[in-house]
Amino acid sequence: MDSSGSESASASAKIVVAGGFGVGKTTFVGAVSEIDPLVTEAVMTDASAPHDDLSLAGDKATTTVAMDFGRISLTSDLVLYLFGTPGQERFWFMWDDLVRGAIGAVLLADTRRLDACFAPMDFFEDRGLPYLVALNAFDGARRFDDADIRDAMELPDATPLLTCDARRRGSAKAMLVSLVEHALALTP
Amino acid sequence: MSAPGSRPARVRPYAITGGRTRTRVALALETLVHTDGAAELRTLSGERRTICELCLRPISVAEVSARAALPLGVVRVLLDDMAGAGLVVLHGATADRPDRALLERVLDGLQRL
Repeated sequence: MDSSGSESASASAKIVVAGGFGVGKTTFVGAVSEIDPLVTEAVMTDASAPHDDLSLAGDKATTTVAMDFGRISLTSDLVLYLFGTPGQERFWFMWDDLVRGAIGAVLLADTRRLDACFAPMDFFEDRGLPYLVALNAFDGARRFDDADIRDAMELPDATPLLTCDARRRGSAKAMLVSLVEHALALTP
Repeated sequence: MSAPGSRPARVRPYAITGGRTRTRVALALETLVHTDGAAELRTLSGERRTICELCLRPISVAEVSARAALPLGVVRVLLDDMAGAGLVVLHGATADRPDRALLERVLDGLQRL
């Protein structure tokens, strides 16, 4: 399709917002999205999760995973989508879907629970997905030296480490700008 | 979000697609779908009609799923069928990674927000 329509958004892009439970993913998406975040559900099937233990689910066809997402219309013909990763890490089958074609990921981190970042970091590094770590500045959270955090996370030097306030639109937007700049630097 | 076990009884999701779970073309979450006009709407019913109505303006696969309250996989199969039948047009089919031109457009757009 070209630009023949009157409302012809013809290109779209996607950024993944990842992080541990309760770290502020939905808040972050909601802060910059032009719509109230929506929820899409995926049904886990045999084909999509061949090794998942479904014995606890009464009916495997109704085992679902939910993802929040938001939208930003950047121009009349370009839309950016922000997808929050599912809260439960056993739903890895959705992560492939999320990262395919993505610009990159903002990995939200809480300095009190840095270990929640390790699995997403491994996943993004394995898939070659550009990402940055955004420390969500929770009220009352102790501030640490960046070098100590990099050390604790074993964060590669080239991966940006920033601080944000996921409640603030300007701050969330700045994370997205930094991520796209980082992705550009990694794109030939 | 309610727990899976507590949701009201409904049709098993893939009954709508005749049991199919695969699509011929890769439909990314952010792939945009559009329909040119309302001409076909009268001939459609059920989920296909709902989807066509949503696609009167360009809308992503994920948004169709959310707004039609249908699971993502079901929406993908239906959209694949509907695109094959000429009911909807898919655009912005995504490569593995965005190229520099797209990244620069996104960066420019974000900086203007």
